[in-house]
Amino acid sequence: MPSATASQTIGPFWHLIEHPEWADLTRFGAAGLQITLTGSVLDGDGIPVTDAAVELWQSDPSADEHFPAFGRSRTDEAGRFHFKTLKPGPVPGRGNAQQAPHFAIAIFARGLLKGLATRAYFAGEPLNETDPLLCSIEDPARRATLIAISDGAERWHIDIRLQRGPKGETETVFLDI
Amino acid sequence: METIPFRPYAPGTQPPYDAAAYGSTHKRHPQENLVRLPHTITEISGPRFAPAQFPPIPDLSVVNGKAALGERIIVHGRITDEDGPPIPHTIVEIWQANAAGRYQHPADQHDAPTDPNFLGEGRVYTDADGWYRFTSIKPGAYPWRNHHNAWRPNHIHFSFFGSGFAQRLVTQMYFPGDPLLALDPVFLSIPDEAARIRLVCQLDMNVTEPEWALGYRWDVVLRGREATPMEG
Repeated sequence: MPSATASQTIGPFWHLIEHPEWADLTRFGAAGLQITLTGSVLDGDGIPVTDAAVELWQSDPSADEHFPAFGRSRTDEAGRFHFKTLKPGPVPGRGNAQQAPHFAIAIFARGLLKGLATRAYFAGEPLNETDPLLCSIEDPARRATLIAISDGAERWHIDIRLQRGPKGETETVFLDI
Repeated sequence: METIPFRPYAPGTQPPYDAAAYGSTHKRHPQENLVRLPHTITEISGPRFAPAQFPPIPDLSVVNGKAALGERIIVHGRITDEDGPPIPHTIVEIWQANAAGRYQHPADQHDAPTDPNFLGEGRVYTDADGWYRFTSIKPGAYPWRNHHNAWRPNHIHFSFFGSGFAQRLVTQMYFPGDPLLALDPVFLSIPDEAARIRLVCQLDMNVTEPEWALGYRWDVVLRGREATPMEG
């Protein structure tokens, strides 16, 4: 059998398939604790990436007819994405491990020949201390790039830096999945 | 619930993040090493799209009963994974430029006409045997500013989900015999020649309809799974 088909960039005009409501994962009547996740995507010059598609997938709560568990947000003129969804709980890891609550995040954009994978965890979550992925990243500054922070009202924020920034800001941890 | 991780990609079959000839990669490619993440439930599971909530758009060539300008085409093919089984009932997202090489998009400033009868969005689902099919018009080539006198080959954009989020694929389908392929940094970013060639569809006279539309076939392969389930 042939190997998997090659990836190509999503390009700057993917908005032809954009439906802004996809960024609201609660739109089909999902029940649970509603939260928002926002952030900016920034390039190596610290310039906002204004043409990205940011996708969110969560394995908890489980997808059903009221909750797609998947969303897609464009980035705006400031590079910002914005999701409304349900707060995930912990999910099993490999072996006997438990994973802290998290989102899978995928970023597609002009200049990315294949999607970038990362995750967003939640600051203050006790399970973060034992999460297998977070524990595998020794540099605290790098580990911190995976952790969203809250304003205390379930409005969570995480920036995504595609490269080290002009003032030495840390590049987001991207995942080889 | 599916519990089997996906296999790594075959060497050379996927483009790098850092491709010097494609200028937009320079400030957007990661410079740190990726962190390897053994697959968990988050990577192995993925979204399902129900046609009732995400209705099909199987014909891009007509808007409000009016035909788009250009060469009408039918594109079909089969989606399987690397081990051969078809991927049934999976969503396929499609978008493309019109026959003049212009996207119906505010950021596209190419001096070529838009077409009110061509919007450029499609959405179909595979059948139980993994086959998809849609009708469109052949997209035109268009200039981009990657380098002097740069032109993209004719192409249609595709997005696939498969059965797990680690199977997600966004790519482009090209047309046979296009001389621009040999000059295109996006196409040429894929190291393996055989993998590049598999992005090119083939004329299919079995699907070509007399007095109506040319048919093309393009098969897609998504990542296969490992031989054994996750430990634990």
